[in-house]
Amino acid sequence: MAGAVVDIAVLGSGPAGLSAAARAAELGVSHVLLEASDHLALTIQRYQKGKHVMAEPGFLPLRSGIDFDAGTRENILENWYEGAKKHKVNVAFRAEVSTITGQSGAFTIRTQSGDSYQAKTIVLAIGVQGNPRLLGVPGQEAAFVQYQLDDPDEYSDETIVVVGAGDAAIENAVALARDNRVYIVNRRDEFARAKEGNLTRITDAIERGKIQGLFNTTVKEVINQPEEGRPGVIVLNGADGEVRIPVNRIIGRLGAIPPRAFVESCGVKFPSDVPAAVPELTRQYESNVPGLYIIGALGGYPLIKQAMNQGYEVVEYIRGNPIKPVDHDLLAKKFSALPYKYDVDEMLDFLRNEILLFGPVNPLRFRELMLESRFSTPKAGAVIFARNDYTDSFYFVLDGWVEVVIDEEKDTRIRVTAGQFFGEMSLISGRRRNATVYAGEFCVLIETPRRSMMRLISSIDEVKRRIDEIFILRAIHSQFAPNSDPSELAELISSAELRTYNRGDVLFAEGEQGDELHLVRRGSLTVSRFINGKDMVLSYVPAGKYVGEMGLLGNTKRTASVRAAVPTETVVMKSGPFNALLDHQPELKAQVEEQIRERLNLNSQIEAGGEGGKILSFLMAQGLGEATDVLLIDESLCIRCDNCETACADTHEGTSRLDREAGPTYAQIHVPTSCRHCEHPHCMKDCPPDAISRNASGEVTIADNCIGCGNCESNCPYGVIQMAYPGSEQPSVWSRILFGATGSKAKAPDAQKQAVKCDMCSTLKGGPACVRACPTGAAIRTSPENFVNLVKRSG
Amino acid sequence: MHQSFLRFADALYMKVAILLALASIVAYWAYDPLEPHNGGTWLGYTLGTVGAALIVWLTLYGLRKRSYRSRLGTVQGWLSAHVYLGVSLLIIATLHTGFQFGFNIHTLAYALMIAVIASGVWGVVMYVKYPKMVTNNRDNLTRKSIFREISELDRKASLLVEALGSPVDRMMITSIQLFRVGGGVWAQLSGRDSSQMMVPVMSGKKQVWKKVSNTGQRRMLNILAGQVARSRDPRITAVLQELSDVVSTKASLMQKLLKDVRMQGLMEFWLYIHIPLTFALLATLMAHIVSVFYYW
Repeated sequence: MAGAVVDIAVLGSGPAGLSAAARAAELGVSHVLLEASDHLALTIQRYQKGKHVMAEPGFLPLRSGIDFDAGTRENILENWYEGAKKHKVNVAFRAEVSTITGQSGAFTIRTQSGDSYQAKTIVLAIGVQGNPRLLGVPGQEAAFVQYQLDDPDEYSDETIVVVGAGDAAIENAVALARDNRVYIVNRRDEFARAKEGNLTRITDAIERGKIQGLFNTTVKEVINQPEEGRPGVIVLNGADGEVRIPVNRIIGRLGAIPPRAFVESCGVKFPSDVPAAVPELTRQYESNVPGLYIIGALGGYPLIKQAMNQGYEVVEYIRGNPIKPVDHDLLAKKFSALPYKYDVDEMLDFLRNEILLFGPVNPLRFRELMLESRFSTPKAGAVIFARNDYTDSFYFVLDGWVEVVIDEEKDTRIRVTAGQFFGEMSLISGRRRNATVYAGEFCVLIETPRRSMMRLISSIDEVKRRIDEIFILRAIHSQFAPNSDPSELAELISSAELRTYNRGDVLFAEGEQGDELHLVRRGSLTVSRFINGKDMVLSYVPAGKYVGEMGLLGNTKRTASVRAAVPTETVVMKSGPFNALLDHQPELKAQVEEQIRERLNLNSQIEAGGEGGKILSFLMAQGLGEATDVLLIDESLCIRCDNCETACADTHEGTSRLDREAGPTYAQIHVPTSCRHCEHPHCMKDCPPDAISRNASGEVTIADNCIGCGNCESNCPYGVIQMAYPGSEQPSVWSRILFGATGSKAKAPDAQKQAVKCDMCSTLKGGPACVRACPTGAAIRTSPENFVNLVKRSG
Repeated sequence: MHQSFLRFADALYMKVAILLALASIVAYWAYDPLEPHNGGTWLGYTLGTVGAALIVWLTLYGLRKRSYRSRLGTVQGWLSAHVYLGVSLLIIATLHTGFQFGFNIHTLAYALMIAVIASGVWGVVMYVKYPKMVTNNRDNLTRKSIFREISELDRKASLLVEALGSPVDRMMITSIQLFRVGGGVWAQLSGRDSSQMMVPVMSGKKQVWKKVSNTGQRRMLNILAGQVARSRDPRITAVLQELSDVVSTKASLMQKLLKDVRMQGLMEFWLYIHIPLTFALLATLMAHIVSVFYYW
């Protein structure tokens, strides 16, 4: 195969590589496309049969010689094979590259099989999936051992051993268990790496005997000889010694070997050791090795369309044709409404120079961030967002200023000026806006959605650090001394630190000596006391409130224990600087003393009430510490007529989003299975089309662009999301009365299931139908802040 | 936070109903017609009109309850008003009659109305009495989970019984097959357990199997106890004892279930009287009004 020097060698035939090779072929540039496997686009090949592949981001046009649009895996692959054939792409299959040597203009590429290629430039498009990790024992490559599973329904009545403890292993095992005898081999004693939803599924399947779980077990060898009518045997080292299982099939899901080591061996440098780090690239995708270009997921662009566009662009750049990136026009349009006379590149530079936080963001990711953001020039005095709104986006001030009201009564405002940001409180706490923000003069704002911002914070430490710093400063200032100059707080702020707690962790315990004050910035806490041999919850502390002030002022032992009700972060302040602040802030001192008095009063009321504290404990045990709005049923009023469910189904295309009967009850308070609109919704974590969002009034809803992948269903720890077929018209009230008609769920044969959940009837003007349809007043919706009132009455 | 429909909006509709009733009484007391009090005086017509309008409006509750998109108050508010204003009809309609009763369509309408109100009051009593008891009885189980548990116990019993042989095995299996919960209206509301089983009896010299009652699994438990007493094999005794535990657990779950079915039934049953009577009342009321105007 080796011989002539090609202009461009493309490594990897995924969307990025294929698109690059196709563009080269189209232009008649000499090229070779090296693919390690037998197929084009192995990652897509590995998707489940019939999987619907999305073409996000929708606003971005496609620029490639190869067709691509949202559709099934099969359609997309067919198009790509056709495209490769049409352009006469020069593909070499089974060409897994082992080394790259040489330099720009004269690279030598050697493959595992011993072939070598000469190329002037190289385009690395090998993705991040890497090669599957093998079992690592003799027999690992036997014909009945496989490292992927295309279609679990292809197999039935087989004995199958799945090796691995991650999500892929669990998903395969559970899917195969429908029609096969399945074993899952885990070298540990639990599934620590799995998503919560998968964890429940596998535990349940093992408990019910549908899957045999083999824990603390490793694979010793695979014997490639038939036994008991099955093609081979797997030998395991179990907790109780060696086990032999004759098998039809072994599926290894042990993850992949990341390609980073290989990429580094080519001389490419990564900015950090974090696994998610991507190599530094120029705007033209060139790495620190001249002549070596990196595109697609390896360069930090996991979406198919972006990768294909980069494939096209990189070939143009290599040929010396400085075309504008495909998003150029989109950015130009975004910038056109702004009062600056810069072109797109100048504008991008300007933005990066003006706003400090953008400094650590790499240029390509920065473009994307700007594409996802919204620019605006509000008039002076306009409300950007109001206190108690539920919005959660993040704002940068590019020019002019905004005014943040930090004391409503006195109308104390602080200015946030050009280069700074605001809106971090709601982003971090997941709660309502805690202050109203007005636009100032000449104001130019950049509004970045929650998801983009979260991604930025989690991937760039420096960004997180800078936001946290400002967060602490502002939180302390607005909470404790809104009317004083922030400089007075310098000592307190510099001594403050952030701490993270898992659900159930103790911040401090009753009886301890304590000298710290905790301001909750995310999550929530419970305050409890040990009464009659039992720990009784006395109150609930949401984000934005503080706890621990009693110990600070009296400097005595803690009178109660404080625990994290859900994963929680607090800002911790030390008594020394805090007391110093109190000394010259009599107003604050009075306020803290008032809070202590109130808390003690409330605590003794709950303690005296008897049941109250137990109900509060019960509600917290149901995970309601992270709820913002929850449906609670008083069973002493509930006549079990299910009019709530009927109302829900009627107003939501025939599928009730609440299950009244399910869910636990304590002291007549019943928590039905229904969405509680979490502060940090678990369902939002992993939604590919970003279809789940929180409305300004607080409801977490799923939009129509749901692709039915079921991630949210399995991520929700409370089981409130269902996959349902789109529904139909519901019967009229007259047909219900006269003919006893009941609602039905439509089930068109070609319909795809979508995720559905409670939307708090945000489209109905009257509010939640379940509550309004309850004849006896048993159903209410409320938020955790009101639980104390609830239990006071019940006590 | 939670508030019963009886106390809705500080019992607003109770106050309205009392006012309405008081106003009717005062008017009746103050007004002295030439003829004896009856439906044909102007006060009689007024009270009749108010009463008829109320009856029609009370009937509309069924419509509002099913209008899930309606923004006209809440169903809870409607029920509260329905109950109190419905009861106030007792006074308004009685005053409308002027205490003139006879064997005619007019008195029939009145009687039907009394029956509708009485059945409604019965419903209110059910709504107040049973919800709490249902929860306590359920003990955090759903009906589905009770059934699941029972079938799990049955599965266990049918495995255990294999060790025992005839005739206990067959008796056990028939007791599982002839287990009954619910059924017709009476079976539901009485909460009676009509489970049966089959036992061998001697008919002359032949052994035949006969269906007998197994209420509360007592017969089966009795038989198992007898077997334990007679057993000399400790292994068999152990199995019998385990079996008897399983059966008695099942019996207590069944008890729960029967009670649940019964209470649920009682919370619904009154409606099967209240609603047909309401339609009968509407028809008779129509006849009453037409005939009054026809003979005017």
